[in-house]
Amino acid sequence: MISEGLPSARIAEPGAAGPVAWARHLTVGYRGRPVWTDANFEIQPGEFVAVIGPNGAGKTTLFRLLLGLLHPAGGELEVFGEAPRRGNPRIGYVPQTHLVDRDTNVEAVQLVRLAFSANRWLPRLTPGQLRSERQATTAALRSVGASEIASKSLGAMSGGELQRIFLAEALVSAPDLLLLDEPLANLDIRRATELVELVHGQVRTRNVATLLVAHDINPLIRHLDKVIYIANGHVATGLPDEVLTSERLSDLYGVPIEVLRDSRGNLVIVGDQDAHQDPAP
Amino acid sequence: MTSFQWVWWNWNILEDLRYMFQFQFVQDLYAAGTLIAILAGVVSYLVVLRRSSFASHALGHAGFSGAAGAVLFGINPFYGLLVATLASGTGIAVLGQRASHRDVEIGTVLAFMLALGLLFLAFYNGYATEAYSILFGEIVGISPAQVVTTFEWGIPTLVVLLVCYRQLMFASLDEEVADAKGMHTALLGFVFMATLAVAISVAVTVIGVLLIFALTVTPAAIAVRLAKRPWHAILISIGVALLAVWAGSFIAFYESPAPTSFFIVLIVFAIYLIVRALPLLARLRAWVASAPTRRSLDSGAPGAPSSAPATPPDSERA
Repeated sequence: MISEGLPSARIAEPGAAGPVAWARHLTVGYRGRPVWTDANFEIQPGEFVAVIGPNGAGKTTLFRLLLGLLHPAGGELEVFGEAPRRGNPRIGYVPQTHLVDRDTNVEAVQLVRLAFSANRWLPRLTPGQLRSERQATTAALRSVGASEIASKSLGAMSGGELQRIFLAEALVSAPDLLLLDEPLANLDIRRATELVELVHGQVRTRNVATLLVAHDINPLIRHLDKVIYIANGHVATGLPDEVLTSERLSDLYGVPIEVLRDSRGNLVIVGDQDAHQDPAP
Repeated sequence: MTSFQWVWWNWNILEDLRYMFQFQFVQDLYAAGTLIAILAGVVSYLVVLRRSSFASHALGHAGFSGAAGAVLFGINPFYGLLVATLASGTGIAVLGQRASHRDVEIGTVLAFMLALGLLFLAFYNGYATEAYSILFGEIVGISPAQVVTTFEWGIPTLVVLLVCYRQLMFASLDEEVADAKGMHTALLGFVFMATLAVAISVAVTVIGVLLIFALTVTPAAIAVRLAKRPWHAILISIGVALLAVWAGSFIAFYESPAPTSFFIVLIVFAIYLIVRALPLLARLRAWVASAPTRRSLDSGAPGAPSSAPATPPDSERA
């Protein structure tokens, strides 16, 4: 279905739901230095996609492109059938860094409420506005299982609780594309697995295409529809079984890589010890 | 108008107030002080939320040179303050998030600004009084013209804050998402700095540049310890600022020559200490409440398993 070659469903028929995002020969760089080149991918509605790769490979850069915060250096990129634009209300985004710290004594529910129609000026004052805001907030918090902790202060929350709140903050505006940047960082294995299951549930029930940036593919591997693997200035896309092979990753890194599987399907990616470059993510 | 004479208050507060409010300068002080407290209460919540207390401090210092320069050239010091605070606020807004990492650079510029203000005042003949009132607030009350200026600038600023409240709140809590949502975070940063600049410029008349922290930071620092809902916190913050300005002016009127600004800061500081002590008090109360349990464990009360050594509840604390 998906290959390294050109995306097949390019010709959008009128009325048909096209791909959520689509890229061909996409190249990106900062100040003339390419981060990665010639990326080809296509994300369909409701797909759960992992974006995997070592630190600094350009995973967040991909998000910045999709959000319209950064322009491609070459190639083509479309989001919902048009060039990416900043402030697209159909995209929900959870960045890796937040300003929340121990001193932020603000009820979590307030953040979710503010994210609903965040672009408006003036406080919500009419009963109708307040009701729709409250309903959307309650629904978003319930769907991520955060109703119980909604009145807790942001500064008093654990990493796992915060991720649920940020997820609700992104979901409250009912996006069609969800971008999650390293939501599993700082979570232990159990919490990471819980969060992946939660996200996966939302992907399926809301049919929201979701890109999740992670270092480690193993907590995700059972749920994924697609993998975007970024390393060494190149981008490989496809089904997990297609991409996560010794040949494809060796190709990507340019050094011999071996992909080992344990009895439960977990992967171990090992670089050749003789190679000068350490490719292990 | 009754001529002013030295009196102590006599604990009949109503009569004290009636006596005090005969004076035009007291009415002026309370009119301006009320608006200043409301504005400072709101702005200070954003200062605390955005962790911009350093900026608040910086704007006050920069304002000193502006006010002193204006005095030297015979301009209304308020406009000197406004220009200097707006200019430095814009500078800090342009630096944005990086501003908090530039404290050495900003501090160096501030020291120069203060020195410049000192130079301006040295050239001016009314040196001591003017310097004193810019640094620590007016001692003898404020003029009707200052009241008018306070309202002309304070009311529009409150309106701006009301209009931008949602966006300012969201951008303060989650700037990166706000940016991705297409909100103009740089513009919002500037709006925040501009409202802070106006708040400081009007507040300097009652509290002075050196004590500005007590009105533009501490009220909200108190409020966020008591409330986690923004509107509650803002109301508490306004309440603290109002209480400090009203009660501070009242005490200063009857206790002069002690300056108003001293009592304002004293009240804010006292409330801050009490609020900081609340968690300690709660822990102390819990400890006292557990005293009977502790005693019964110590004396090996019936019912307590005698074979297993009872763990003293204090062991965690030790």
